[in-house]
Amino acid sequence: MNQPILELKGIHKSFPGVKALDNASLNVYPGKVMALMGENGAGKSTLMKVLTGIYSLDDGEIFYKNKQVKFTGPRHSQEAGIGIIHQELNLIPELTIAENIFLGREITNRFGAIKWSVMFDEAQALLDRLNVKHKPSQLLGELSLGEQQMVEIAKALSFKSEVIIMDEPTDALTDTETASLFTVINELRDEGYGIVYISHRLKEIFQICDDITVLRDGKFIAQRKVAETDEESLIELMVGRRLDEQYPRVESKHGTTCLEVKNLSAAGVEDVSFTLDHGEILGISGLMGAGRTELMKAIYGALKRHSGQLLVEGKAIDPRSPQEGLASGIAYISEDRKGDGLVLGLSVKENMSLCSLKYFSKGMQLDHRAESLAVEDFIHLFNIKTPSRNQIIGNLSGGNQQKVAIAKGLMTRPKILILDEPTRGVDVGAKKEIYQLINQFKEEGMSIILVSSEMPEVLGMSDRILVMHQGRISGEFMASDADQEKIMACAFGHNTKELSA
Amino acid sequence: MNNKVTSTGDSPKVGSVINKKWLIEQKSLIALIMLIVVVSFLNEYFFTVDNLLNILRQTSVIAILAAGMTLVILTAGIDLSVGSILALCGAFAASMISMEIPVLIAVPVSLLGGAALGSVAGMIIAKGKVQAFIATLVTMTLLRGVTMVYTDGRPISTGFTDVADVFAWFGTGYLFGIPVPVWLMIGVFSSIWYLLNHTRFGRYIYALGGNESATLLSGINVDRIKIGVYSICGLLSALAGIIITSRLSSAQPTAGMGYELDAIAAVVVGGTSLMGGKGRIMGTLIGALIIGVLNNALNLLDVSSYYQMIVKAVVILLAVLVDTKHK
Repeated sequence: MNQPILELKGIHKSFPGVKALDNASLNVYPGKVMALMGENGAGKSTLMKVLTGIYSLDDGEIFYKNKQVKFTGPRHSQEAGIGIIHQELNLIPELTIAENIFLGREITNRFGAIKWSVMFDEAQALLDRLNVKHKPSQLLGELSLGEQQMVEIAKALSFKSEVIIMDEPTDALTDTETASLFTVINELRDEGYGIVYISHRLKEIFQICDDITVLRDGKFIAQRKVAETDEESLIELMVGRRLDEQYPRVESKHGTTCLEVKNLSAAGVEDVSFTLDHGEILGISGLMGAGRTELMKAIYGALKRHSGQLLVEGKAIDPRSPQEGLASGIAYISEDRKGDGLVLGLSVKENMSLCSLKYFSKGMQLDHRAESLAVEDFIHLFNIKTPSRNQIIGNLSGGNQQKVAIAKGLMTRPKILILDEPTRGVDVGAKKEIYQLINQFKEEGMSIILVSSEMPEVLGMSDRILVMHQGRISGEFMASDADQEKIMACAFGHNTKELSA
Repeated sequence: MNNKVTSTGDSPKVGSVINKKWLIEQKSLIALIMLIVVVSFLNEYFFTVDNLLNILRQTSVIAILAAGMTLVILTAGIDLSVGSILALCGAFAASMISMEIPVLIAVPVSLLGGAALGSVAGMIIAKGKVQAFIATLVTMTLLRGVTMVYTDGRPISTGFTDVADVFAWFGTGYLFGIPVPVWLMIGVFSSIWYLLNHTRFGRYIYALGGNESATLLSGINVDRIKIGVYSICGLLSALAGIIITSRLSSAQPTAGMGYELDAIAAVVVGGTSLMGGKGRIMGTLIGALIIGVLNNALNLLDVSSYYQMIVKAVVILLAVLVDTKHK
């Protein structure tokens, strides 16, 4: 194998409470396409952000063209010749193609006036090279997503990039657009560019890539040649680990059916049906964007349902807002604490009681004593580490914030508790405490839906597991029959009929 | 970080920590006191009961507007229409009084009218998903136009009837030696303080301003909160209009022009964040008093009105800069 053009060695990066990268490595070779693979949260995006200098690295070395480098930001790395095409395109629809390509480095004359003809000519040359049949003077917003992606690539090429990184480039593309993207990638490879291809889609990896680097838990696991590997062994590399004793499963007798979902459809959710018993933990697995959060929000009433029926304890419910969801006995703990889970500027107390203030008021007046007592109870029960109940919640660690979020849901005395990624951004110790709490609720007969991207968590905690793929349920397993390979296969959309027991 | 941890062992140390924190938290109050002390030395008439009551009475209108504005700004909104609602409701009250409609009917009707006008802006914002700035810019312009049409551009006198004499009490009367508008201001601030600190509605206002999507997902009717705060703001604008009309015995069609900016300034000087979710109602009272004392002092010190504006601008800028520094 020839000399890598870009080499990342032993990269370490920690965030408060989380080790995002732990000895991660990546080699990019000129004239080759390197796939970067791993589960959600394996550290792929973080690694790219460290490379381009968006995040500073704690430890490790980056070599580019045999020289050690340290980029201070995307601008810097791009000028050095490393172009990144992000999942979300960074283009401005209101500007022309040429303006987008040369944004911030317009070709100007001595007096600062833009030399339009020169800019259009250069843009045209780039577009011709990528087979884009549009004029550089056309507005970007008039192009399809696939064509916009080509403009991103043109922009990367205009920097005289030698390494091009594509993060989930085909996510928004149609099949034809994907095919033409692959043609371009093949041409670029032949011209000697080094390409990094990040994708969840196994099929594409085998179609377009030469080598594969696998990351897991921020660690470098393996580098393989595509020709010498197959899907099975790749999934095994990505999943890898053994289940440890972190998940103290409790067996409990299931009660009667608590929740029944029939043929539910909503934006991003297609015809989903399942049931949930009292005292059961139902795990929901799947890749990012599989429609898990949308399904949960649709059940809770936070997302409009297009069709389908919901029954709680045999009675039909029709929640059209979170208010009605809560009133029906459903509590939803968001995956996004900062975004729509907590009000970070308010105190622990104010956050915890926000959903259930009606239990703590006499008429319209708040009963501060009752509220404080209940909050103190939960702080104690959940072992929440905070100087006081009046501490601003934004100052707590992720794990403690999450405990407050769960307590907030429990205060509404729900029949069904939906936990969406309850341990995201939570350190190991607090994780275990949260698992124990979840088990405790289960023993008390609460029905729990656990949405998680962490495979071991789903396997270790759930009684039953549903796997989602593109808005549909692609597999259902009893915990005893499930393993990571089976779930991963369903998450990638393989047919489940031959796999499920 | 742990300023709130009170240990009885080393009280002097804890005391000094609390002092520093207290100083930072009370900076607007300290600024007000310092302002009063300095002006008292510069002018002997300033620190007299008469003048201080005068300041309070002059401040009351802006303070009452600022109280409503505080609720709106806490939800991360803004209300530019307070001055127009003040004028329209003042004119409406004046014409009712001139028709000898009893005060006990005229005043509540005007207040409810103000609340209704405010709720229209609230509905445009909540249901129509229009930005508060635009929605209230529209109602500000619209209602000023309606006022002009309604008054035909001329002042409306409350007349010389017994009813008008009773009505005049709101702006010119005294109760236990203190002007009625000052009592009204105290009543408004106490009520809003109670609302913000001791009711669910108040808690939801802070939550909404802090994180709207989290509040929505917590099962709170966000639209109702928004409509509620603009209605209260409208009601208080009407109250301010009644005070001005009562004091002058007539309603001016141009009354309250530009008051929205004074009210916003009082809220901001009082330490409430325009981003929403953070602030205290008593801060607004202090903010309004700082601006009131400043106006009065500059007049007493014979500073020309041209320079007054410049000084006022500098003071507002300083207040906001100090505030940002400690956040």
